[in-house]
Amino acid sequence: MASRERLEAQIDQWRSYVQRHRAIAPADVDEMEDHLRGRVDDLTATGLDDDEAFLVAVRRMGNLDAVSHEFAREHSERLWKQLVLVPDDDAAQASGPAWRELAVVLALAVGAGIAVKVALAAFDTDSALLRNVPLMTAPFLAAYFVWKRRVARRVVGALLVPYALLAVVLNVYPYVDTGSTVVLAAIHAPVVLWALVGVVYVGGRWRDQDPRMDFARFTGELVVYVTLLAIGGGVLLGLTAATLSLVGMDIEPAMESWIMPFAVPGAVVVGAWLVEAKQDVVENIAPVLTRVFTPLTTVMLLVTLVVLLGAGGLADVERELLILMDAILVLVLCLLLYSVSARDSLARPGWFDGLQLVLVAAALAVDAVALTAMLTRIAEFGFSPNKVAALGLNLLLLVHLARSGLLLLGFLRERQPFGALVRWQTRFLPVYAVWAALVVVAFGPVFGFA
Amino acid sequence: MRFDKDLVAASATPLVLGILAEGESYGYAILKRVTELSGGRMQWTDGMLYPLLHRLERLGLVAATWGTSEAGRRRKHYALTPAGHDALAERQEQWSVVADVLHQVWRSAQQAAQAPARPAVAEGWA
Repeated sequence: MASRERLEAQIDQWRSYVQRHRAIAPADVDEMEDHLRGRVDDLTATGLDDDEAFLVAVRRMGNLDAVSHEFAREHSERLWKQLVLVPDDDAAQASGPAWRELAVVLALAVGAGIAVKVALAAFDTDSALLRNVPLMTAPFLAAYFVWKRRVARRVVGALLVPYALLAVVLNVYPYVDTGSTVVLAAIHAPVVLWALVGVVYVGGRWRDQDPRMDFARFTGELVVYVTLLAIGGGVLLGLTAATLSLVGMDIEPAMESWIMPFAVPGAVVVGAWLVEAKQDVVENIAPVLTRVFTPLTTVMLLVTLVVLLGAGGLADVERELLILMDAILVLVLCLLLYSVSARDSLARPGWFDGLQLVLVAAALAVDAVALTAMLTRIAEFGFSPNKVAALGLNLLLLVHLARSGLLLLGFLRERQPFGALVRWQTRFLPVYAVWAALVVVAFGPVFGFA
Repeated sequence: MRFDKDLVAASATPLVLGILAEGESYGYAILKRVTELSGGRMQWTDGMLYPLLHRLERLGLVAATWGTSEAGRRRKHYALTPAGHDALAERQEQWSVVADVLHQVWRSAQQAAQAPARPAVAEGWA
Protein backbone atom coordinates (compact mmCIF):
# COMPACT_ATOMS: atom_id res chain seq x y z
CA MET A 1 0.00 0.00 0.00
CA ALA A 2 1.40 3.33 -1.07
CA SER A 3 0.05 5.22 1.93
CA ARG A 4 1.68 2.75 4.37
CA GLU A 5 5.02 3.21 2.63
CA ARG A 6 4.66 6.96 2.79
CA LEU A 7 3.89 6.68 6.50
CA GLU A 8 7.04 4.62 7.03
CA ALA A 9 9.08 7.24 5.17
CA GLN A 10 7.51 10.00 7.27
CA ILE A 11 8.30 8.15 10.49
CA ASP A 12 11.89 7.65 9.33
CA GLN A 13 12.17 11.36 8.64
CA TRP A 14 10.71 12.19 12.03
CA ARG A 15 13.17 9.80 13.69
CA SER A 16 16.18 11.42 12.09
CA TYR A 17 14.84 14.84 13.06
CA VAL A 18 14.42 13.76 16.69
CA GLN A 19 17.86 12.16 16.71
CA ARG A 20 19.43 15.49 15.87
CA HIS A 21 18.63 16.61 19.42
CA ARG A 22 21.71 15.73 21.36
CA ALA A 23 19.94 15.28 24.68
CA ILE A 24 17.65 12.59 23.25
CA ALA A 25 19.45 9.24 23.14
CA PRO A 26 18.71 6.62 20.44
CA ALA A 27 16.92 4.43 23.00
CA ASP A 28 14.64 7.37 23.84
CA VAL A 29 13.87 7.80 20.16
CA ASP A 30 12.89 4.11 19.99
CA GLU A 31 10.59 4.66 22.95
CA MET A 32 9.01 7.74 21.39
CA GLU A 33 8.65 6.03 18.01
CA ASP A 34 6.73 3.19 19.65
CA HIS A 35 4.50 5.84 21.17
CA LEU A 36 4.04 7.62 17.84
CA ARG A 37 3.10 4.41 16.08
CA GLY A 38 0.66 3.49 18.85
CA ARG A 39 -1.01 6.87 18.47
CA VAL A 40 -1.12 6.59 14.67
CA ASP A 41 -2.70 3.11 14.87
CA ASP A 42 -5.39 4.31 17.27
CA LEU A 43 -6.13 7.37 15.14
CA THR A 44 -6.43 5.35 11.92
CA ALA A 45 -8.78 2.97 13.77
CA THR A 46 -11.09 5.93 14.35
CA GLY A 47 -11.22 6.59 10.60
CA LEU A 48 -8.36 9.01 9.89
CA ASP A 49 -6.11 8.19 6.95
CA ASP A 50 -2.39 7.60 7.51
CA ASP A 51 -1.29 11.12 6.63
CA GLU A 52 -3.79 12.77 8.91
CA ALA A 53 -3.05 10.34 11.72
CA PHE A 54 0.68 10.99 11.40
CA LEU A 55 0.18 14.75 11.50
CA VAL A 56 -2.03 14.60 14.56
CA ALA A 57 0.31 12.17 16.33
CA VAL A 58 3.36 14.36 15.70
CA ARG A 59 1.46 17.40 16.89
CA ARG A 60 0.37 15.60 20.05
CA MET A 61 4.02 14.71 20.70
CA GLY A 62 4.59 18.42 21.27
CA ASN A 63 7.41 20.80 20.58
CA LEU A 64 10.52 18.65 20.28
CA ASP A 65 12.84 21.45 21.38
CA ALA A 66 10.92 21.71 24.64
CA VAL A 67 10.96 17.92 25.05
CA SER A 68 14.68 17.86 24.34
CA HIS A 69 15.15 20.63 26.88
CA GLU A 70 13.43 18.47 29.50
CA PHE A 71 15.61 15.51 28.55
CA ALA A 72 18.67 17.73 28.89
CA ARG A 73 17.62 18.72 32.39
CA GLU A 74 17.29 15.06 33.22
CA HIS A 75 20.51 13.89 31.51
CA SER A 76 22.92 16.82 31.54
CA GLU A 77 25.83 14.45 30.83
CA ARG A 78 24.46 13.89 27.34
CA LEU A 79 25.31 17.44 26.35
CA TRP A 80 28.94 16.50 26.88
CA LYS A 81 29.64 14.23 24.01
CA GLN A 82 31.27 11.09 25.26
CA LEU A 83 34.11 9.47 23.42
CA VAL A 84 33.32 5.75 23.18
CA LEU A 85 36.55 3.97 22.31
CA VAL A 86 35.28 0.46 22.80
CA PRO A 87 31.53 -0.19 22.83
CA ASP A 88 30.00 -1.35 26.11
CA ASP A 89 27.96 -4.54 26.38
CA ASP A 90 24.67 -2.81 25.53
CA ALA A 91 25.76 -2.15 21.98
CA ALA A 92 27.94 -5.18 21.57
CA GLN A 93 26.62 -6.17 18.15
CA ALA A 94 29.42 -4.52 16.19
CA SER A 95 32.12 -4.70 18.83
CA GLY A 96 34.42 -6.96 16.79
CA PRO A 97 36.15 -4.22 14.74
CA ALA A 98 36.54 -1.82 17.68
CA TRP A 99 38.29 -4.40 19.84
CA ARG A 100 40.39 -5.44 16.88
CA GLU A 101 41.41 -1.82 16.37
CA LEU A 102 42.45 -1.52 20.00
CA ALA A 103 44.52 -4.69 19.64
CA VAL A 104 46.20 -3.38 16.47
CA VAL A 105 46.97 -0.03 18.12
CA LEU A 106 48.45 -1.63 21.22
CA ALA A 107 50.50 -4.06 19.14
CA LEU A 108 51.89 -1.19 17.05
CA ALA A 109 52.62 0.89 20.14
CA VAL A 110 54.55 -1.97 21.71
CA GLY A 111 56.26 -2.65 18.38
CA ALA A 112 57.43 0.97 18.19
CA GLY A 113 58.74 0.65 21.74
CA ILE A 114 60.67 -2.50 20.88
CA ALA A 115 62.13 -0.82 17.78
CA VAL A 116 63.34 2.13 19.85
CA LYS A 117 64.75 -0.27 22.43
CA VAL A 118 66.64 -2.10 19.69
CA ALA A 119 67.96 1.25 18.45
CA LEU A 120 69.14 2.07 21.96
CA ALA A 121 71.08 -1.18 22.05
CA ALA A 122 72.46 -0.89 18.52
CA PHE A 123 73.67 2.72 18.46
CA ASP A 124 76.03 3.89 21.13
CA THR A 125 76.46 7.59 20.34
CA ASP A 126 73.82 10.20 21.12
CA SER A 127 73.81 11.66 17.65
CA ALA A 128 73.26 8.24 16.03
CA LEU A 129 70.34 7.69 18.39
CA LEU A 130 68.86 11.09 17.62
CA ARG A 131 69.03 10.32 13.90
CA ASN A 132 67.49 6.86 14.19
CA VAL A 133 64.75 7.04 16.81
CA PRO A 134 62.25 8.92 14.59
CA LEU A 135 63.24 6.59 11.77
CA MET A 136 62.27 3.63 13.97
CA THR A 137 58.96 5.09 15.19
CA ALA A 138 57.46 6.50 11.99
CA PRO A 139 56.81 3.12 10.29
CA PHE A 140 54.57 2.00 13.14
CA LEU A 141 52.47 5.12 12.96
CA ALA A 142 52.31 4.77 9.18
CA ALA A 143 51.38 1.08 9.59
CA TYR A 144 48.37 2.07 11.67
CA PHE A 145 47.07 4.25 8.85
CA VAL A 146 47.89 1.63 6.23
CA TRP A 147 45.73 -0.78 8.24
CA LYS A 148 43.02 1.74 9.04
CA ARG A 149 42.66 3.24 5.56
CA ARG A 150 43.50 0.06 3.61
CA VAL A 151 46.12 2.04 1.72
CA ALA A 152 47.01 0.54 -1.65
CA ARG A 153 50.18 -1.53 -1.77
CA ARG A 154 51.38 0.58 -4.68
CA VAL A 155 51.42 3.66 -2.42
CA VAL A 156 53.21 1.87 0.39
CA GLY A 157 55.78 0.52 -2.06
CA ALA A 158 56.36 3.98 -3.51
CA LEU A 159 56.95 5.37 -0.02
CA LEU A 160 59.47 2.70 0.93
CA VAL A 161 61.93 4.18 -1.58
CA PRO A 162 62.27 7.66 0.00
CA TYR A 163 62.17 6.08 3.44
CA ALA A 164 65.05 3.76 2.61
CA LEU A 165 66.99 6.64 1.02
CA LEU A 166 66.52 8.72 4.15
CA ALA A 167 67.69 5.85 6.36
CA VAL A 168 70.77 5.33 4.18
CA VAL A 169 71.68 9.04 4.07
CA LEU A 170 71.28 9.42 7.82
CA ASN A 171 73.48 6.42 8.61
CA VAL A 172 76.01 6.24 5.79
CA TYR A 173 77.10 9.89 5.50
CA PRO A 174 80.49 10.29 7.25
CA TYR A 175 79.32 12.96 9.71
CA VAL A 176 81.72 14.52 12.16
CA ASP A 177 80.11 13.61 15.46
CA THR A 178 80.53 17.04 17.01
CA GLY A 179 79.62 18.95 13.82
CA SER A 180 76.45 20.92 13.16
CA THR A 181 75.40 19.23 9.89
CA VAL A 182 74.64 16.01 11.75
CA VAL A 183 72.40 17.89 14.19
CA LEU A 184 70.69 19.68 11.31
CA ALA A 185 70.07 16.34 9.58
CA ALA A 186 68.66 14.86 12.77
CA ILE A 187 66.32 17.83 13.27
CA HIS A 188 65.09 17.93 9.68
CA ALA A 189 64.65 14.18 9.16
CA PRO A 190 61.44 14.00 11.28
CA VAL A 191 59.86 16.65 9.02
CA VAL A 192 60.53 14.47 5.98
CA LEU A 193 59.23 11.42 7.85
CA TRP A 194 56.13 13.33 8.86
CA ALA A 195 55.45 14.18 5.21
CA LEU A 196 55.72 10.47 4.36
CA VAL A 197 53.30 9.63 7.19
CA GLY A 198 51.05 12.32 5.71
CA VAL A 199 51.00 10.60 2.33
CA VAL A 200 49.89 7.39 4.06
CA TYR A 201 47.34 9.32 6.15
CA VAL A 202 45.64 10.71 3.04
CA GLY A 203 45.73 7.27 1.45
CA GLY A 204 48.05 8.36 -1.33
CA ARG A 205 45.86 11.29 -2.42
CA TRP A 206 48.51 13.84 -1.52
CA ARG A 207 47.84 16.01 -4.55
CA ASP A 208 44.31 16.86 -3.32
CA GLN A 209 44.03 19.93 -1.11
CA ASP A 210 41.24 18.77 1.21
CA PRO A 211 42.93 15.62 2.54
CA ARG A 212 46.07 17.68 2.99
CA MET A 213 44.15 20.01 5.28
CA ASP A 214 42.80 16.98 7.12
CA PHE A 215 46.36 15.91 7.77
CA ALA A 216 47.20 19.40 9.07
CA ARG A 217 44.20 19.17 11.42
CA PHE A 218 45.28 15.70 12.50
CA THR A 219 48.78 17.00 13.26
CA GLY A 220 47.44 19.79 15.48
CA GLU A 221 45.17 17.46 17.41
CA LEU A 222 47.93 14.88 17.76
CA VAL A 223 50.23 17.48 19.31
CA VAL A 224 47.52 18.42 21.80
CA TYR A 225 46.75 14.80 22.66
CA VAL A 226 50.37 13.73 23.02
CA THR A 227 50.96 16.74 25.27
CA LEU A 228 48.02 15.71 27.46
CA LEU A 229 49.23 12.10 27.54
CA ALA A 230 52.72 13.30 28.46
CA ILE A 231 51.39 15.43 31.33
CA GLY A 232 49.29 12.53 32.61
CA GLY A 233 52.19 10.10 32.26
CA GLY A 234 54.51 12.54 34.02
CA VAL A 235 52.18 12.85 37.01
CA LEU A 236 51.81 9.05 37.17
CA LEU A 237 55.57 8.48 37.00
CA GLY A 238 56.20 11.18 39.61
CA LEU A 239 53.77 9.56 42.02
CA THR A 240 55.25 6.12 41.39
CA ALA A 241 58.81 7.37 41.84
CA ALA A 242 57.91 9.18 45.06
CA THR A 243 56.15 6.11 46.48
CA LEU A 244 58.96 3.73 45.53
CA SER A 245 61.61 6.09 46.94
CA LEU A 246 59.95 5.59 50.35
CA VAL A 247 61.23 2.02 50.34
CA GLY A 248 64.57 3.16 48.98
CA MET A 249 63.99 2.17 45.38
CA ASP A 250 65.19 4.40 42.55
CA ILE A 251 63.24 4.07 39.30
CA GLU A 252 65.56 6.33 37.33
CA PRO A 253 67.50 3.47 35.66
CA ALA A 254 64.28 1.67 34.75
CA MET A 255 62.89 4.96 33.48
CA GLU A 256 65.81 5.58 31.16
CA SER A 257 66.21 2.09 29.80
CA TRP A 258 62.62 0.82 29.72
CA ILE A 259 59.83 3.28 30.52
CA MET A 260 60.78 6.18 28.24
CA PRO A 261 61.69 4.08 25.16
CA PHE A 262 58.24 2.48 25.32
CA ALA A 263 56.17 5.39 26.63
CA VAL A 264 57.18 8.07 24.12
CA PRO A 265 56.61 6.21 20.81
CA GLY A 266 53.65 4.45 22.41
CA ALA A 267 52.06 7.80 23.26
CA VAL A 268 52.41 8.93 19.63
CA VAL A 269 50.68 5.83 18.25
CA VAL A 270 47.96 5.83 20.91
CA GLY A 271 47.52 9.59 20.42
CA ALA A 272 47.00 9.04 16.69
CA TRP A 273 44.35 6.44 17.48
CA LEU A 274 42.58 8.80 19.91
CA VAL A 275 42.53 11.60 17.34
CA GLU A 276 41.09 9.21 14.75
CA ALA A 277 38.44 7.96 17.17
CA LYS A 278 37.32 11.35 18.41
CA GLN A 279 37.22 13.05 15.00
CA ASP A 280 33.46 13.40 14.84
CA VAL A 281 32.75 13.39 18.57
CA VAL A 282 34.69 16.21 20.16
CA GLU A 283 35.39 19.68 18.85
CA ASN A 284 38.91 20.11 17.54
CA ILE A 285 41.05 21.66 20.24
CA ALA A 286 43.79 23.29 18.18
CA PRO A 287 41.43 25.90 16.62
CA VAL A 288 40.10 26.71 20.10
CA LEU A 289 43.64 27.34 21.29
CA THR A 290 44.28 29.64 18.31
CA ARG A 291 41.27 31.73 19.36
CA VAL A 292 42.83 32.24 22.76
CA PHE A 293 46.40 32.81 21.63
CA THR A 294 45.93 34.93 18.50
CA PRO A 295 45.11 38.13 20.44
CA LEU A 296 47.81 37.41 23.04
CA THR A 297 50.46 36.73 20.40
CA THR A 298 49.48 39.87 18.52
CA VAL A 299 50.00 41.97 21.65
CA MET A 300 53.32 40.23 22.33
CA LEU A 301 54.56 40.89 18.79
CA LEU A 302 53.47 44.53 18.77
CA VAL A 303 55.27 45.14 22.05
CA THR A 304 58.37 43.37 20.70
CA LEU A 305 58.26 45.49 17.56
CA VAL A 306 58.02 48.75 19.48
CA VAL A 307 60.90 47.74 21.74
CA LEU A 308 63.07 46.65 18.79
CA LEU A 309 62.47 49.87 16.89
CA GLY A 310 62.90 52.00 20.02
CA ALA A 311 66.25 50.38 20.81
CA GLY A 312 67.51 51.56 17.42
CA GLY A 313 68.81 48.26 16.09
CA LEU A 314 69.90 45.01 17.60
CA ALA A 315 72.91 45.15 19.88
CA ASP A 316 73.79 41.50 19.97
CA VAL A 317 72.96 39.70 16.76
CA GLU A 318 73.50 35.99 17.21
CA ARG A 319 72.50 32.86 15.40
CA GLU A 320 70.00 32.32 18.22
CA LEU A 321 68.16 35.42 17.04
CA LEU A 322 67.42 33.81 13.70
CA ILE A 323 66.26 30.59 15.33
CA LEU A 324 64.09 32.65 17.68
CA MET A 325 62.56 34.45 14.71
CA ASP A 326 61.89 31.10 13.01
CA ALA A 327 60.15 29.90 16.14
CA ILE A 328 57.98 33.03 16.29
CA LEU A 329 57.03 32.73 12.62
CA VAL A 330 56.21 29.03 13.04
CA LEU A 331 53.98 29.94 15.97
CA VAL A 332 52.20 32.64 13.95
CA LEU A 333 51.85 30.26 11.03
CA CYS A 334 50.31 27.58 13.25
CA LEU A 335 47.88 30.11 14.71
CA LEU A 336 46.88 31.11 11.20
CA LEU A 337 46.73 27.58 9.83
CA TYR A 338 44.56 26.18 12.61
CA SER A 339 42.09 29.00 12.65
CA VAL A 340 41.85 28.75 8.87
CA SER A 341 41.33 24.99 9.18
CA ALA A 342 38.27 25.45 11.39
CA ARG A 343 36.72 28.53 9.78
CA ASP A 344 33.56 28.32 7.73
CA SER A 345 34.74 29.29 4.23
CA LEU A 346 31.43 30.92 3.40
CA ALA A 347 31.17 33.15 6.45
CA ARG A 348 31.67 36.87 5.87
CA PRO A 349 34.87 38.59 7.05
CA GLY A 350 34.76 39.34 10.77
CA TRP A 351 36.86 41.06 13.41
CA PHE A 352 38.88 37.90 14.02
CA ASP A 353 40.08 37.89 10.42
CA GLY A 354 41.19 41.50 10.87
CA LEU A 355 43.02 40.55 14.05
CA GLN A 356 44.80 37.77 12.16
CA LEU A 357 45.95 40.25 9.54
CA VAL A 358 47.39 42.44 12.31
CA LEU A 359 49.11 39.35 13.75
CA VAL A 360 50.67 38.42 10.41
CA ALA A 361 51.73 42.00 9.70
CA ALA A 362 53.31 42.37 13.15
CA ALA A 363 55.18 39.07 12.73
CA LEU A 364 56.48 40.14 9.32
CA ALA A 365 57.61 43.51 10.66
CA VAL A 366 59.47 41.96 13.60
CA ASP A 367 61.06 39.47 11.25
CA ALA A 368 62.09 42.20 8.80
CA VAL A 369 63.91 44.08 11.57
CA ALA A 370 65.71 40.94 12.71
CA LEU A 371 66.46 39.79 9.19
CA THR A 372 68.18 43.02 8.07
CA ALA A 373 70.40 42.89 11.13
CA MET A 374 71.15 39.25 10.47
CA LEU A 375 71.95 39.71 6.78
CA THR A 376 74.54 42.43 7.47
CA ARG A 377 76.11 40.11 9.99
CA ILE A 378 76.19 37.17 7.57
CA ALA A 379 77.73 39.44 4.93
CA GLU A 380 80.46 40.25 7.43
CA PHE A 381 81.25 36.81 8.84
CA GLY A 382 80.16 34.41 6.10
CA PHE A 383 77.86 31.39 6.07
CA SER A 384 77.72 28.45 8.42
CA PRO A 385 75.41 25.44 7.94
CA ASN A 386 73.28 26.53 10.91
CA LYS A 387 72.87 30.05 9.57
CA VAL A 388 71.92 28.83 6.11
CA ALA A 389 69.39 26.37 7.52
CA ALA A 390 67.82 28.98 9.79
CA LEU A 391 67.86 31.60 7.04
CA GLY A 392 66.33 29.24 4.49
CA LEU A 393 63.49 28.34 6.83
CA ASN A 394 63.01 32.00 7.64
CA LEU A 395 62.66 32.87 3.96
CA LEU A 396 60.13 30.08 3.40
CA LEU A 397 58.08 31.22 6.36
CA LEU A 398 58.30 34.78 5.14
CA VAL A 399 56.95 33.88 1.70
CA HIS A 400 54.22 31.74 3.24
CA LEU A 401 53.10 34.42 5.68
CA ALA A 402 53.44 37.36 3.32
CA ARG A 403 51.18 35.76 0.73
CA SER A 404 48.78 34.66 3.48
CA GLY A 405 48.66 38.28 4.63
CA LEU A 406 47.91 39.50 1.10
CA LEU A 407 45.15 36.93 0.65
CA LEU A 408 43.73 37.80 4.06
CA LEU A 409 43.70 41.47 3.10
CA GLY A 410 41.98 40.61 -0.19
CA PHE A 411 39.40 38.61 1.74
CA LEU A 412 38.76 41.44 4.20
CA ARG A 413 38.26 43.84 1.29
CA GLU A 414 36.02 41.21 -0.31
CA ARG A 415 38.20 40.91 -3.38
CA GLN A 416 39.18 37.27 -2.71
CA PRO A 417 37.17 34.28 -1.52
CA PHE A 418 38.32 32.72 1.74
CA GLY A 419 38.98 29.49 -0.14
CA ALA A 420 42.01 31.11 -1.79
CA LEU A 421 43.66 31.53 1.63
CA VAL A 422 42.85 27.93 2.57
CA ARG A 423 44.29 26.60 -0.69
CA TRP A 424 47.44 28.67 -0.27
CA GLN A 425 48.01 27.17 3.20
CA THR A 426 47.79 23.60 2.00
CA ARG A 427 49.61 24.24 -1.26
CA PHE A 428 52.66 25.58 0.54
CA LEU A 429 52.96 22.82 3.14
CA PRO A 430 54.94 20.34 0.96
CA VAL A 431 57.59 23.02 0.38
CA TYR A 432 58.70 22.59 4.00
CA ALA A 433 59.14 18.86 3.49
CA VAL A 434 61.19 19.48 0.34
CA TRP A 435 63.36 22.01 2.18
CA ALA A 436 63.86 19.57 5.08
CA ALA A 437 64.85 16.84 2.63
CA LEU A 438 67.29 19.24 1.01
CA VAL A 439 68.89 20.02 4.38
CA VAL A 440 69.22 16.32 5.19
CA VAL A 441 70.57 15.23 1.82
CA ALA A 442 72.65 18.22 0.64
CA PHE A 443 74.00 20.05 3.69
CA GLY A 444 76.35 17.24 4.69
CA PRO A 445 78.24 17.07 1.39
CA VAL A 446 78.10 20.85 0.78
CA PHE A 447 79.58 21.74 4.17
CA GLY A 448 81.96 18.80 4.32
CA PHE A 449 79.97 16.98 7.03
CA ALA A 450 81.29 19.47 9.57
CA MET B 1 -9.88 22.09 28.98
CA ARG B 2 -6.50 23.79 29.16
CA PHE B 3 -4.49 23.34 32.31
CA ASP B 4 -1.88 25.63 33.72
CA LYS B 5 1.62 24.29 33.00
CA ASP B 6 2.65 24.28 36.65
CA LEU B 7 -0.46 22.40 37.66
CA VAL B 8 0.23 19.74 35.03
CA ALA B 9 3.80 19.45 36.23
CA ALA B 10 2.76 19.15 39.87
CA SER B 11 0.04 16.59 39.29
CA ALA B 12 1.86 14.49 36.71
CA THR B 13 4.11 12.64 39.15
CA PRO B 14 1.39 11.35 41.52
CA LEU B 15 -0.82 10.55 38.55
CA VAL B 16 1.86 8.48 36.79
CA LEU B 17 2.82 6.75 40.03
CA GLY B 18 -0.85 6.00 40.66
CA ILE B 19 -1.36 4.54 37.20
CA LEU B 20 1.73 2.38 37.59
CA ALA B 21 0.40 1.22 40.99
CA GLU B 22 -2.42 -0.41 39.00
CA GLY B 23 0.21 -2.51 37.25
CA GLU B 24 3.22 -2.38 34.93
CA SER B 25 2.70 -0.20 31.87
CA TYR B 26 4.41 1.70 29.03
CA GLY B 27 4.42 5.30 27.84
CA TYR B 28 1.55 5.38 25.40
CA ALA B 29 -0.69 3.22 27.62
CA ILE B 30 -0.07 5.55 30.56
CA LEU B 31 -1.19 8.53 28.48
CA LYS B 32 -4.28 6.69 27.27
CA ARG B 33 -5.14 5.88 30.88
CA VAL B 34 -4.84 9.56 31.82
CA THR B 35 -7.24 10.50 29.04
CA GLU B 36 -9.60 7.71 30.04
CA LEU B 37 -9.60 8.59 33.77
CA SER B 38 -10.19 12.27 33.08
CA GLY B 39 -12.82 11.58 30.44
CA GLY B 40 -10.65 13.36 27.91
CA ARG B 41 -10.52 16.57 29.94
CA MET B 42 -6.84 16.21 30.74
CA GLN B 43 -4.47 15.95 27.79
CA TRP B 44 -0.72 16.13 28.19
CA THR B 45 1.87 16.93 25.57
CA ASP B 46 2.84 13.36 24.70
CA GLY B 47 6.58 13.93 24.47
CA MET B 48 6.85 15.44 27.93
CA LEU B 49 5.88 12.14 29.57
CA TYR B 50 9.25 10.57 28.73
CA PRO B 51 11.59 12.98 30.52
CA LEU B 52 9.27 12.59 33.52
CA LEU B 53 9.43 8.79 33.39
CA HIS B 54 13.22 8.99 33.15
CA ARG B 55 13.37 11.26 36.18
CA LEU B 56 11.22 8.85 38.17
CA GLU B 57 13.51 6.04 37.03
CA ARG B 58 16.60 7.94 38.15
CA LEU B 59 15.00 8.66 41.52
CA GLY B 60 14.39 4.91 41.87
CA LEU B 61 10.60 5.27 42.05
CA VAL B 62 10.05 3.19 38.93
CA ALA B 63 12.07 0.42 37.31
CA ALA B 64 12.25 0.09 33.52
CA THR B 65 12.71 -3.00 31.38
CA TRP B 66 12.85 -3.33 27.62
CA GLY B 67 10.34 -5.68 26.10
CA THR B 68 8.59 -6.06 22.76
CA SER B 69 5.14 -4.95 21.72
CA GLU B 70 2.52 -7.15 20.01
CA ALA B 71 3.78 -5.75 16.70
CA GLY B 72 7.34 -6.76 17.60
CA ARG B 73 8.69 -3.25 18.26
CA ARG B 74 11.04 -2.44 21.13
CA ARG B 75 9.01 -1.11 24.03
CA LYS B 76 10.09 0.15 27.43
CA HIS B 77 7.94 -1.02 30.34
CA TYR B 78 7.80 0.74 33.67
CA ALA B 79 6.84 -0.75 37.04
CA LEU B 80 6.57 0.80 40.49
CA THR B 81 9.37 0.00 42.95
CA PRO B 82 8.85 -0.25 46.75
CA ALA B 83 10.30 3.28 47.02
CA GLY B 84 7.74 4.32 44.39
CA HIS B 85 4.92 2.86 46.51
CA ASP B 86 6.14 4.85 49.51
CA ALA B 87 6.40 8.04 47.46
CA LEU B 88 2.91 7.48 46.10
CA ALA B 89 1.48 7.05 49.61
CA GLU B 90 3.16 10.26 50.72
CA ARG B 91 1.95 12.20 47.67
CA GLN B 92 -1.55 10.83 48.19
CA GLU B 93 -1.61 12.22 51.71
CA GLN B 94 -0.35 15.61 50.60
CA TRP B 95 -2.81 15.84 47.74
CA SER B 96 -5.79 14.85 49.89
CA VAL B 97 -4.86 17.65 52.30
CA VAL B 98 -4.63 20.09 49.39
CA ALA B 99 -7.92 18.87 47.94
CA ASP B 100 -9.61 19.03 51.34
CA VAL B 101 -8.42 22.60 52.00
CA LEU B 102 -9.43 23.75 48.53
CA HIS B 103 -12.82 22.15 48.94
CA GLN B 104 -13.41 23.92 52.26
CA VAL B 105 -12.28 27.30 51.09
CA TRP B 106 -14.47 27.11 48.01
CA ARG B 107 -17.48 26.09 50.05
CA SER B 108 -17.11 29.02 52.43
CA ALA B 109 -16.50 31.37 49.51
CA GLN B 110 -19.70 30.08 47.94
CA GLN B 111 -21.64 30.68 51.19
CA ALA B 112 -20.22 34.19 51.44
CA ALA B 113 -21.31 34.86 47.86
CA GLN B 114 -24.87 33.72 48.64
CA ALA B 115 -25.20 36.25 51.53
CA PRO B 116 -23.18 39.26 50.43
CA ALA B 117 -25.05 42.12 52.19
CA ARG B 118 -24.74 41.15 55.79
CA PRO B 119 -21.24 42.33 56.77
CA ALA B 120 -21.94 45.73 55.18
CA VAL B 121 -25.05 46.12 57.28
CA ALA B 122 -23.21 45.18 60.45
CA GLU B 123 -20.63 47.80 59.60
CA GLY B 124 -23.35 50.38 59.24
CA TRP B 125 -24.61 49.68 62.74
CA ALA B 126 -21.26 50.07 64.32
